[in-house]
Amino acid sequence: MITLDGNEAAARIAYALSDVCAIYPITPASPMGEWADAWSATDKPNLWGHAPTIVEMQSEGGAAGAIHGAIQAGALASTFTASQGLLLMIPNMYKIAGELSPLVIHVAARSLAAQALSIFGDHSDVMATRGTGFALLCSGSVQEVQDLALIAHAATLRGRLPVCHFFDGFRTSHEVAKIAHLDRDVMRAMIEDDWVRTHRARALSPDHPVLRGSSQNPDVYFQGRESVNPYYAAFPEIVQSLMQRFGELTGRRYGLFDYIGAEDAERVLIMMGSGSETAEETVGYLVREGEKIGLIKVRLYRPFSSAALVEALPDSVQRIAVLDRCKEPGADGEPLYKDVVTALAEQYGNGVLRQMPRVIGGRYGLSSKEFTPGMVKAVLDELNNEQPKNGFTIGIHDDVSFTSLDWNADFRTDAHTKAMQAVFYGLGSDGTVSANKNSIKIIGEQTSLHAQGYFVYDSKKSGAVTISHLRFGPDSIGSSYLIDDHAAQFVACHQPRFLGRYDMLAKAAPEAVFLLNTPLAPGQVWDALPGSVQQQLIDKRIRFYVIDGYGIAQQAGMGKRINTIMQTAFFAISGVLPQDEAIAAIKHAVEKTYGKKGQRIVEFNCRAIDMTLEGLHQIDVPEEALPAADIQDSRFDRASDFVRSFTAELIAGRGDAVSVSRMPADGSFPLGTAAFEKRNLALELPLWDEDLCTQCGKCPLVCPHGVIRSKLYPASLLEGAPEGFKSAAVKGKDLPQDHAVSYQIAPEDCTGCGLCVDICPIRDKSNASHKAINMVPAEQVHDQDKANWEFFLSLPEYDRARVKTKTIKGAMFMQPLFEFSGACEGCGETPYIKLATQLFGDRMLIANATGCSSIYGGNLPTTPYTTDPNGRGPAWSNSLFEDNAEFGLGMRIALDMRANYARLLLNELKAQLDAELVEQLLSADQTDEGGIALQRERILKLRAALVKIDQPQARELESVADNLLRKSVWIIGGDGWAYDIGYGGLDHVLASGANVNILVLDTEVYSNTGGQTSKATPLGAVAKFSAAGRPSMKKDLGMLAMAYENVYVAHVAYGAKDVQTLRAFLDAEAHPGPSLIIAYAPCIAHGVDMSNNHRQQQLAVDSGHWPLFRYEPLRAAAGKNPLHLDSSEPKVPYREFVKSETRFSMLWKTHPELAERYLQQAQQAVTARYRHYEQLAAISWEDSSSGQDTAGGDK
Amino acid sequence: MDLGTTFLGLKLANPLVPSASPLSRDLGMAKRLEDAGAAALVMYSLFEEEVRHDEEAAARFIHEQYTGFNEADDFFPVPDSYASIMDEYLEQLQALKQSLSIPVIASLNGVHDEGWIHYARELEQAGADALELNVYYVAGNIDESAAEVESRYVEMLYTVRQQVKLPVCMKLSPQFSSVGHFVKSLQAAGANGVTLFNRFYQPDIDLESREVSNTLTLSSSYESLLRIHWLALLYGRVQLDMSATGGFHRAEDCLKAIMAGASTVQLCSVLLQQGAEVLSTILQDMREWLEENEYETLDELRGSVSQQHAIDPAAYERLNYVELLHSHKNPAGIWR
Repeated sequence: MITLDGNEAAARIAYALSDVCAIYPITPASPMGEWADAWSATDKPNLWGHAPTIVEMQSEGGAAGAIHGAIQAGALASTFTASQGLLLMIPNMYKIAGELSPLVIHVAARSLAAQALSIFGDHSDVMATRGTGFALLCSGSVQEVQDLALIAHAATLRGRLPVCHFFDGFRTSHEVAKIAHLDRDVMRAMIEDDWVRTHRARALSPDHPVLRGSSQNPDVYFQGRESVNPYYAAFPEIVQSLMQRFGELTGRRYGLFDYIGAEDAERVLIMMGSGSETAEETVGYLVREGEKIGLIKVRLYRPFSSAALVEALPDSVQRIAVLDRCKEPGADGEPLYKDVVTALAEQYGNGVLRQMPRVIGGRYGLSSKEFTPGMVKAVLDELNNEQPKNGFTIGIHDDVSFTSLDWNADFRTDAHTKAMQAVFYGLGSDGTVSANKNSIKIIGEQTSLHAQGYFVYDSKKSGAVTISHLRFGPDSIGSSYLIDDHAAQFVACHQPRFLGRYDMLAKAAPEAVFLLNTPLAPGQVWDALPGSVQQQLIDKRIRFYVIDGYGIAQQAGMGKRINTIMQTAFFAISGVLPQDEAIAAIKHAVEKTYGKKGQRIVEFNCRAIDMTLEGLHQIDVPEEALPAADIQDSRFDRASDFVRSFTAELIAGRGDAVSVSRMPADGSFPLGTAAFEKRNLALELPLWDEDLCTQCGKCPLVCPHGVIRSKLYPASLLEGAPEGFKSAAVKGKDLPQDHAVSYQIAPEDCTGCGLCVDICPIRDKSNASHKAINMVPAEQVHDQDKANWEFFLSLPEYDRARVKTKTIKGAMFMQPLFEFSGACEGCGETPYIKLATQLFGDRMLIANATGCSSIYGGNLPTTPYTTDPNGRGPAWSNSLFEDNAEFGLGMRIALDMRANYARLLLNELKAQLDAELVEQLLSADQTDEGGIALQRERILKLRAALVKIDQPQARELESVADNLLRKSVWIIGGDGWAYDIGYGGLDHVLASGANVNILVLDTEVYSNTGGQTSKATPLGAVAKFSAAGRPSMKKDLGMLAMAYENVYVAHVAYGAKDVQTLRAFLDAEAHPGPSLIIAYAPCIAHGVDMSNNHRQQQLAVDSGHWPLFRYEPLRAAAGKNPLHLDSSEPKVPYREFVKSETRFSMLWKTHPELAERYLQQAQQAVTARYRHYEQLAAISWEDSSSGQDTAGGDK
Repeated sequence: MDLGTTFLGLKLANPLVPSASPLSRDLGMAKRLEDAGAAALVMYSLFEEEVRHDEEAAARFIHEQYTGFNEADDFFPVPDSYASIMDEYLEQLQALKQSLSIPVIASLNGVHDEGWIHYARELEQAGADALELNVYYVAGNIDESAAEVESRYVEMLYTVRQQVKLPVCMKLSPQFSSVGHFVKSLQAAGANGVTLFNRFYQPDIDLESREVSNTLTLSSSYESLLRIHWLALLYGRVQLDMSATGGFHRAEDCLKAIMAGASTVQLCSVLLQQGAEVLSTILQDMREWLEENEYETLDELRGSVSQQHAIDPAAYERLNYVELLHSHKNPAGIWR
């Protein structure tokens, strides 16, 4: 038996049975490619004794093309993907299937982006491939993923149809389970050498050449499509025979359609995927209760065998409910339902089926929506109705189309009577999930118990809340749903501040154990509990334990690492294993992880484990107590109805209960909602020293979360300030002297990253450690700052038209319209976006590529984008990952078109309007804030005038008049988009000459999906998919863009030279054509604490890794060299830069010689690149037509 | 001329030993040193902080990435195996042992006892001929007494001594109130030798940033006098081997160290400045001086001008200090 998740189970088989895997990252399938790459880096052999070649491509489309080529040239190939990635493979899938090429695509099935992107599981993606000709084989559990993966690889070789083997994203791909292991002997026995050799013999070869992939005409194309029918007709039988062979080899038997239930069942469910595990559990329970019901699990969905389906159904069946995990809007039923109806009708028509059952279809589980035994029962119960609902939904409350079935949330099966269920609330960063995975391994591997773990995260990157659901028991665990309310025998709260925020004891069963991590002494704990928690502890007679995890971690030398401590506490009081055995196993696991490489860490952990046992205290729960008052949540007091009724519910974790009518049908949401979250993450907060501060504006510039602000306001307004509000007389002679300045933080939104303090250049003359802003313990200033922040918000924003935008100090007086994002603490991307919103946010449209910036920018429940006091702000949208440049170009075209139409109408109505106003509107200079402000006033005047004109053109002009104000289009995304998947579009948009501003947030890796290599990844950097270091140089995107000559290009790093960054943003936006800002963004994927964000930017610039420059095409027109170099030649050895980041330095630990070689190459390359830029910048542009290069030019 | 000497029980062809420095990181350089006549080699130090940082970094960035959001559990592929700082050190030790025929002395540099025994055992198993313990401790805690500081050293030595059979040498700083008494304590705790003295790299202040920075300056011959002074005071009064280090650049410096009582003289700055081959020049110059002065063995020279054997023993004590002050005159032309 082994303990692993679905992705690893699939990857193990694919790796063993492939020569080539072409990969590309996409959640939740990325780990499959990561496993394959990691194994390949260690030369782990496949079944034929050699390591497969793993090649990362620029997109899933590229991956599909590469494996298509590989199989045509005789290799055994596979790939892994999900969702939009699978959609990008569709064109190739038609080709691959059309050519009868054996191949397996393993899919962690995921929702498709529709009204919104969603990374979670359903079958939308797989269903979109039904027409491709791929066989579709479905696994419902981790065990099945492993087993059917092998059957898929065998069947494709035997039957020549390519197979899409799929399983539910997250629920199965990420569920950790104990399964029976498949050894290589079974693989050998399933794959006949002949099949492989025949495949190789069909390969394209000049030794026996053929033409394949021809172009055909009306005369024969049709016949060609029909020529493959025998292969499809034979395939179900091939799969069935392989399933039989597999069953003989392993004892685990599968069928094309597996029936579970009563022999005399009258009501039957038909479904596929992980939901059928829950259905099996429920049907089994209800059959034992006497119900005549059953379940068909669909395994081979394409080719669909009507005969096999009907054969699997009991003759007694009268009513069938088919459950689809997808939505086909406008169809009269979802795909599986329609296939079943067609199959039954066909078999009834030809007499095989004696009676035609009543069939209904419904939808469940979209985007990993929970699917519970109560829901299964509700569907079965619906079949009892005289007129059962067709096209139903289960799992939501549909108060718009009334499709939904009600279900009993309290319904339980008997599946867990002998099992233990445990729920853990932790932070993403506190190691709770990792420790729980470890616990599952311990229990799975050291006992005969079955084990299952599933992990739920919130949508944040900083301070993400994780809920771990663990089950252990003597019987196999098929429950593919979360642990229910009142069902957990063990509940742990690893973060004390969660107590009042999440109703975690709702999960606790009567007499459960509750473990709380708290710094409070045992005697103080009870009184500090919220009343509702006390009440539940009493009502459920819960055994209550506390431990000071952080205190013990500190004492044991573990810093803030509490994972081992909390894991030990779980084993000590849960009773899942004898304590001594459990402790020995945890220590063994620690030893295994850190081994002799981390002897001290092992010692610290072991010390912590021993201290934990001493530090656990049981708290007496009184039989009756007067509950203390719960803390009132006042965050939404001033919120809109929508925020109160929708956003607030999502924030509270009650989103599942939101009914359909409360969802905006087109997926549009209000801005400014992140401000309601008030996550109070910071343990330390910055405190401004107003006397020392020179008001330089650097701290608000670098704050990744928009938490620290500077504001310039009339000093007279301070009269109403709360006591303790900080302000200073304005410094700078250009600023109004009757104004005051405040630098204020939002204490409830700060993450405590400390970067504001790091960047502060001012030190106290008598105390070098004291700056103009300093971190202090949060409790020291939190309440005061909360009051101060409220007052600060009430102060008016300074007039944008009067701000000196070209200075950091001036620009930072502009309101950021991007605040409090859930990005990682110290994120290197967000300051750039924030800056753009300060400068242009009130007239900005953003096209945002999928990636980190779309997740912290647009993942519900809230958005950091917000509005100014006039209600204006960035209009933001995300189309896809690959099409972002095109998406933004479309916006530009539409805006230009509407502006042109407005000008046309303005000319048509000229006679009825003030001629001077029309002239000014048409010729307005809108290149600065003053010009923008004047144009806004003119548009208001125009609107006032239009009201009085009773002509159709006036009504038309009213609808487009706002387009007379210049809009700023920003196309934002990461390097994965710009360098790889979206490069074709980006290139095209640059070439278009359109006035768009492209901001590439270059973290040099696919950050959002977990650090996979992109073409921005530097030489020698270790990343996922480059476990042995990236062997090639980073693409020089700036140089490619400069080749167009009409593109404004800037290479910036705000932490190294903030003024250059500011200048680049202003210039780029002012440039009348395409602009490209490539922004260096340190990321946690670099293996550096983000408190060093600025240092790393400086090192990147000083070492030559990230030269700063601006290329301004308009200068060329003026006879000047367009290229400015803004950084000096490399003055820090490249070694110093790379040795400071784990992404590079870890290569010295695994491949030292390679690391040294890459370093030498990189050092030469950065030096040569700088010289190249230097020469380009030195070319004289005065007489460019002569083509003479003369040194000492413009630079 | 017999330049042979015994240090830590190791029979050496001569007293010149390259001290712990980056030179031993390079096998080619180590070979050049041997060819130039080095009698033994002290490896670069395995720093406790480096090992600790290495472990912490591996824990923090590899084993405990804990990214903790939906789309990514971690960012780095976790390697099946990798070389820790300790692994690299052991590998280099073994490589040096293979390519050199002179003894190789491993060097451990740290202040805490956690893990030291483990490290020392591994170094012994990897074939080190002896172990230098460089306890680089800055007594910054003003509540810690001198006796407590000394006992920190003694306990650490004692613990290591109990666990390994290797000869152990303690490398000391000059900042002890009673160097002689302390060396006797170390001898009692099992030290086979002492190396006098470590050079502290002093923190500096950057006037621009007002940050404290670390600077590395190479030694000068002048610094050797402090070492010679203490060698002379201790020779004959303690029964362990003494090695001189810090400021030994020329044959003259080395001869003086031997005269004061050193078994070996450790060279570093001069090798970094002038290359490995300068060692052979120093050795040749020593040999010539000894021949000119009709010595037949180096042993005859050892301790000949120690305090016990000096013409004027008081010159090593306070009297010398007074005379020096009295003899001081302002340079001509400068009015003070």
